[in-house]
Amino acid sequence: MAVVFDKPHALCDVPLHYCPGCTHGIVHRLVAEVIDELGIEGKTIGIAPVGCSVMAYNYFNCDMIEAAHGRAPAVATGVKRADPENHIVFTYQGDGDLASIGMAETVHAAARNENITVIFINNAIYGMTGGQMAPTSLVGQVTQTSPYGRDPKACGYPIKVCEMLSELVGPEYLERVTVNSVKNIRTAKKAIKKAFQNQIDGKGFSLVEVVSSCPTNWGMTPKQALDWIDSDMLPYYPLGVYKDRSAEQKEAE
Amino acid sequence: MSDKILMKGNEAIAEAAIIAGCRHYFGYPITPQTEIAAYMAKKMPKIGGTFLQAESEIAAINMVYGVASAGKRVMTSSSSPGVSLKGEGLSYLAGSDLPSLIVNVQRGGPGLGGIQPSQSDYFQSTRGGGHGDYHMIVLAPASVQEMAELTVKGFELADTYRMTSMILADGTMGQMMEPVSLDIDVKPAPEKPWATTGTQMAREHNIVNSLSLVPEELEELNFKRYDRYKVIEENETMFEEYKVEDADIVLAAFGIAARVSKNAVDEARKMGIKAGLIRPITLWPFPKAPFKAAAEHAKAFISVELNMGQMIEDVILATESKCPVTLCNRAGGMIPDPKQVLNSIIEINGGAK
Repeated sequence: MAVVFDKPHALCDVPLHYCPGCTHGIVHRLVAEVIDELGIEGKTIGIAPVGCSVMAYNYFNCDMIEAAHGRAPAVATGVKRADPENHIVFTYQGDGDLASIGMAETVHAAARNENITVIFINNAIYGMTGGQMAPTSLVGQVTQTSPYGRDPKACGYPIKVCEMLSELVGPEYLERVTVNSVKNIRTAKKAIKKAFQNQIDGKGFSLVEVVSSCPTNWGMTPKQALDWIDSDMLPYYPLGVYKDRSAEQKEAE
Repeated sequence: MSDKILMKGNEAIAEAAIIAGCRHYFGYPITPQTEIAAYMAKKMPKIGGTFLQAESEIAAINMVYGVASAGKRVMTSSSSPGVSLKGEGLSYLAGSDLPSLIVNVQRGGPGLGGIQPSQSDYFQSTRGGGHGDYHMIVLAPASVQEMAELTVKGFELADTYRMTSMILADGTMGQMMEPVSLDIDVKPAPEKPWATTGTQMAREHNIVNSLSLVPEELEELNFKRYDRYKVIEENETMFEEYKVEDADIVLAAFGIAARVSKNAVDEARKMGIKAGLIRPITLWPFPKAPFKAAAEHAKAFISVELNMGQMIEDVILATESKCPVTLCNRAGGMIPDPKQVLNSIIEINGGAK
């Protein structure tokens, strides 16, 4: 009988530790499918962050490195530069990791157009530590450290990473996607594949922001959380391509 | 014997690193070590290497972590305030058992301090520098020649024991020029089957990691690491003795302080005082044996330091409190001159004979 659905080879055959309804599992699978389809598992080195996906090194079959909190783009820079011709390098980071403690590393890797792929999980909360306010938590969002709702007078406004990075000359490709429906998952996979293909083609820094859900810390059912992405997250974080230098150049020609 | 060339200490470190096969340097500008970065910026692109000015010390040490994970010889350099910023990365390098070379050309502190020479990062360096149970191999050069030789040695030790080697120099050593021979033998790097270089679909995936959530397992990792440290203490301790065999008064000093102390020992000997000097070359592992041996015949020890008294604690431990140990020091970027050290010797001796 023909196998019509199987685990990607780039994903280890182990149970993931993520909460029910969390979208990390979907994004892990998309990354692994892309690695399989591009035939790059043997030369890929992934960098796990500090946060919920801290143990991603146990889930991807390629070589993996666990980085200090926020430092994945710097570590990735080192791994890539160690052998630029033969290393495909990706980081997998959450919003606290990428947009708070590691913002400097993110911005400068983008400014250098470092030839790496960044998968950025934006679920507007710190999941691993139990639901604190993230740099991307929405105004009014209730978290453990914003129990009365995020008050912009006290703690400012959520950071729109793709919009911000798109002002830099450096980066090659920035796209925001989500994974709360079959259609959106298909678009997300295309973006992730492009972000890896760009690296193979030597085009440079490619970041895919995946607007994700955290039912546990949002205090919702998985279904409610997916709906909340549509109702609350996407109006502030619109989906789309924020920068695609090669496409822009082509258009200009 | 090869020709000698006149070089700054900082430049000697940079050239020696290249000789040792290091092709990746990451740094951030800070006085008084910036010549290392400048030298690398000039040289690396011409030999197919990587020089990258990082956005911060924190980024630089994590780039080091990345190259080290991929199994290549790699270094960064900084000075005291910058090394504090690298502390996080030093701890992660230790936790992941990654080899690397870190240079600290010390300046006075704490805080932003000054830019003049100091040895006030002795505690920070010899006790690890970041959080957690770990050590670095700490090498203290006292000449430009040693700046070069210990840099090569540092890479070799780092690879052999899978840990960080630190060159602990100071502003004087970094800035001064001396003739140096760069004809230095280099042991090739060992195989690194643990490195994350891609599986090539030919082996299980490698993981470089310092996270271990099961306490029994983390304890075991710490035990194993300290077993390795024991081997290093037995095999890699380095020191120089100068007129110690019959000495009544033994000075302890490293780096530039040792050069000053040597002059003071000679002056004291001229006055009939039997003075000697033990110069630790490895600050970790600290050379306990020569101190213990000297304590059998010495009447007193003087620790000569460019700080408020840090190595003195190791001297007291190593001499097992058999003799009085006093401090002769300057701090904040000042250097004791031989006369000050000589006066200390005379005072401890109870006057000149």
